[in-house]
Amino acid sequence: MNPLDVPPDPAVPFQPRSGQRGTGFLTEPFQLGVTPSATVGPYLAIGLTWADGVWAAAEGTPEGFWIRGRVVDGAGAVVPDAMVETWQADPDGGFPSPDDPRGAATYPGFRGFARAQTSTGEFAIFTLKPGRLPDGEGGVQAPHIDVSVFARGLLDRVVTRIYFADEADANAEDAVLTTVPEDRRDTLLATPAADGYRFDIDLQGDRETVFFAV
Amino acid sequence: MTGTTSGSRLHLPRYLREDESLRTPVGYAGYKSTGLRAPLRTPVDLPQRLTEITGPVLGEDRVTAQDADLTWRNGGEAVGQRILVFGRVLDSDGRPVPDALVEVWQANASGRYRHVVDNWPAPLDPHFDGLGRVVTDSLGRYEFLTIKPGAYPWGNHHNAWRPAHIHFSLFGRAFPQRLVTQMYFPGDPLFGQDPIYNAIPDAARHRAVSQFSLERTQDNWALAYQWDIVLRGTGQTPFETDDDGDVA
Repeated sequence: MNPLDVPPDPAVPFQPRSGQRGTGFLTEPFQLGVTPSATVGPYLAIGLTWADGVWAAAEGTPEGFWIRGRVVDGAGAVVPDAMVETWQADPDGGFPSPDDPRGAATYPGFRGFARAQTSTGEFAIFTLKPGRLPDGEGGVQAPHIDVSVFARGLLDRVVTRIYFADEADANAEDAVLTTVPEDRRDTLLATPAADGYRFDIDLQGDRETVFFAV
Repeated sequence: MTGTTSGSRLHLPRYLREDESLRTPVGYAGYKSTGLRAPLRTPVDLPQRLTEITGPVLGEDRVTAQDADLTWRNGGEAVGQRILVFGRVLDSDGRPVPDALVEVWQANASGRYRHVVDNWPAPLDPHFDGLGRVVTDSLGRYEFLTIKPGAYPWGNHHNAWRPAHIHFSLFGRAFPQRLVTQMYFPGDPLFGQDPIYNAIPDAARHRAVSQFSLERTQDNWALAYQWDIVLRGTGQTPFETDDDGDVA
């Protein structure tokens, strides 16, 4: 007998334990309490390793390149137990996601998502340059990649964005990048390297990467 | 599903942020590893645009049937108290999150992880690797069979022991819903001295603790623990259309 074959009992109604109704006024929208985050801890490799993790674009995709970088702590030491995840548009500015109000896009070989650990001292993901995107309010965003960093010592993920140093014109028009203090903007720029780009992430220090609240 | 644009305008949902008083901070003084790792500057607010309101579709092809049963590996049964862990994944508007990838990992019954960094003197179990994966069904339900993980010492402070816990990683539909967290067991006597548990604001701590379920406990087989997981929602109730489909 496989115990997982036993179906949940439909006679038992779901009762969210975490439910709350704010001030108690019935006019207030019902909201459940969001589950709090916790650190991935030092053993994330057990649960979060994917054989195909690094391929935001399939191996061999034309125009594909690597983004490599280190995650560095406040003492300048390389963090060897972090995980970096990336999510981005394809070169035409589409997303393989049904939540895109313009419709889900399919670009050959493109997943848009990658995850890589830093156990060798740096992370590496293989991807394509994202296209420019409407910001929804009449402007156009510069090519960018959303990044989450998870590690022992971080009780929640930290979020940043990769922009590209060789997209100066687009970057100058980007509403997010231009709100970042000018002297910190370069922490968000991936710089051209032999087989793609380099993007180091400084968790602390003089060159602390700009992190975002999303 | 196509949305609408008027000119270059897009009507995008906005994922609500839990109040700061109910969110785990990135850094916490009692947790030593945060000292050199948690960023010190205030994060910059990121408006939610197309990249933020979308997310990868990661489904069934990442999961095998064996991934939902952690108690059997290498041709044998893991040692420990057999438990069924189950629940629902919802967004904060109460809407189920179907087809969500749930990845779990945990220590074995003696509190040892199968990982090169874990070398405390408790035995490894040849029939336990501590890795599970499931995808939620159409009602957002998940469940997996495992053994109850042991507590273990970790050197954060004198006589520091992690309460028994299972690590969870979840993808919702969109980037703001991504969640990595830990599930605890009710009434653990180690809660009081654990900074990772206590970093969660007091009012939200109970959300990280599973509940024993006699209803789902299986006679002559396994104890059951229920843990419902809530990801960020957009503030629209499930009874409203969540789409601005009418152009006119």
